[in-house]
Amino acid sequence: MEEIIQHLTPLLKEVSGYIFPNEIELHWGLLIVLYPYLTGLVAGAFILASLVKVFNVKELQPTYRMSLLTALAFLIVAPLPLLGHLGHPEKSFEIFLTPNTSSAMAMFGFVYAWYLMAVLLLEIWFDYRKDLIMWSRKEKGLMKWIHKILSLFSSDTSEKALHFDKKSVKVITIIGIPSAFLLHGYVGFIFGSVKANPFWSSVLMPIVFLFSAIVSGIALVLLIYMIVTPMRRKPIDMMCLNKLASYLFYVMIIDFSLETLDFIHRVYESEESIHIISELVSGKLFVSLVVIQVLIGMLIPLGSIAAAKLFKLPDELKKLIYFVAAILVQMGIFSTRWNVVIGGQLFSKSFRGLTTYKMTFFGLEGFLFSFILLIMPIVILYILFKILPPWDEARQPVS
Amino acid sequence: MSILKSYQHLNQPQKRRAFVKTFLLSVAAIVFPGRSGSQEKPKKNSKWILDDDYDATEHRWGMGIDINNCIGCGRCVAACKDENNVPKLPFFFRTWVERYEIEANGQVSVSSPNGGYDSFKPEISDKQTIRSFFVPKLCNHCDNPPCVQVCPVGATFKTVDGVILVDKDYCIGCRYCIQACPYGARFLHPETRTAEKCTFCYHRVVKGMSPACVENCPTQARIFGDLKKTASPLVRFTRMHNINVLKQNLNTEPKVYYANLDMEVS
Repeated sequence: MEEIIQHLTPLLKEVSGYIFPNEIELHWGLLIVLYPYLTGLVAGAFILASLVKVFNVKELQPTYRMSLLTALAFLIVAPLPLLGHLGHPEKSFEIFLTPNTSSAMAMFGFVYAWYLMAVLLLEIWFDYRKDLIMWSRKEKGLMKWIHKILSLFSSDTSEKALHFDKKSVKVITIIGIPSAFLLHGYVGFIFGSVKANPFWSSVLMPIVFLFSAIVSGIALVLLIYMIVTPMRRKPIDMMCLNKLASYLFYVMIIDFSLETLDFIHRVYESEESIHIISELVSGKLFVSLVVIQVLIGMLIPLGSIAAAKLFKLPDELKKLIYFVAAILVQMGIFSTRWNVVIGGQLFSKSFRGLTTYKMTFFGLEGFLFSFILLIMPIVILYILFKILPPWDEARQPVS
Repeated sequence: MSILKSYQHLNQPQKRRAFVKTFLLSVAAIVFPGRSGSQEKPKKNSKWILDDDYDATEHRWGMGIDINNCIGCGRCVAACKDENNVPKLPFFFRTWVERYEIEANGQVSVSSPNGGYDSFKPEISDKQTIRSFFVPKLCNHCDNPPCVQVCPVGATFKTVDGVILVDKDYCIGCRYCIQACPYGARFLHPETRTAEKCTFCYHRVVKGMSPACVENCPTQARIFGDLKKTASPLVRFTRMHNINVLKQNLNTEPKVYYANLDMEVS
């Protein structure tokens, strides 16, 4: 109780205009910003992987397995911020046992479980099965057993079995694309369907979430590829990198158009809430929305990738531009999530005033815990890379 | 343990059969979720709170508020906090009172210091106020409640007699209902860490009493009653006044009816 008084009392002074008394406490904090950010990366990385299998984009082959493992590493962490933010995490299983069928949020567990079990794990297993068998045959000690267990003790490397693996991967990817759309479109729906909040309530919300997810996923895999490859002392495949940058560029154009449409639509319709929302956007959200999300996270990377493509720049310079652009895009997408989640709660539902979000450092809702949650997928990814090397040279011929 | 005890009188194959049955049912609960229907539960369980002589199907509760009668004394806010164990802090309210001041130039200022708990001090300023009034607010007990729709576990539900309640033993504290409420009527109780809001003092109502705020209002600005009884004070109130509800455009169908409500109130 003392803690809450200390946290909320100074906020009373930060209120401008009138807000309902219960609105001093901002309910969805940094953890809920992380949640759409992390699931977005998952969906985006998976969509990128599916380009290789379903749309046969051969240039992206070097990033295929990397994207799958990235999606898995981030998916494992994705529910943790949700769990950490619950008032009663110990009762969270109730969502599975007695879900309220009319609740969008109740579907989370099922969408998540479906995506993890039926899509990602299955696809990774079928794709790696042959290699797992080959590795375990050659290796000794712990690694042999890890690979043996991961292959679920299968040992069939006949032509027929390998053909079945290949076919399965393709089928799962085809199921996986709508599933990835579902996973993140659903997150957008959680916000977009709240009619009480005009900043969230938009039919475009799931679609904007989806495309910003693909943007962030591609940018992330691009970053990982550019960091990991030199660390392994291998040359960066420029064909692959150029292709990644092109896809990033195209999806960003779609994302930007959708966001602009949303913006124009709101201004043109000019509903009751427009005054408070424009006060919010030109005031408390100006830096995170206009400067970071739109300018630094969208326009500058778009411009620089376009420049790198238009003028035949040397490869080294291109690499630098792509790398910086991808980092800026990550910043941009993170602030997109911030602006939706935090921004949507900064104005009162009385439409008469604004409140403030004060981040704490310690505690479950604090900066430190969120930072750890952001580092965790990278650690998991490192371990996954050790156990399931995604590099092309690690693939084994049948012997 | 009670499950184990219930097996004791059975012989070995029967025990096995009973175990397999329970096990399969448990698995089925996970595979076919929602078969038990979280919104069905309160209907069956309503016995634990209700007396035998109270028949919920005979009632439909609502509240009327006459803006012209409210003097902003804040007695309702204090009574509510006492009755319902609401933390006496300026961040948590099941009911609160707002003051509206409308100036000659159209400027509107709204305030609710400490939710009106300490009553309102007279405003002394150079403002040319043309209209000023108080608006008591509370959960609207919507007939089409967005909070009930979004609750992932069905912890918040509509009773047969139309009151929206929260089962705090069931609430997981996700706060989606707080986001979904257009009226800012909900908060997270800092001690129980579960969602809280006005219950129309359901524990009093089912015993034939009025809610604490209604009981304590010195000017009868709040009228509580049964919408199913044509002779109830509430039905009479809605017949005698021009009635408005808050945020009608959201189709939440509130059951808190305001008389003499100004267009500025949202």
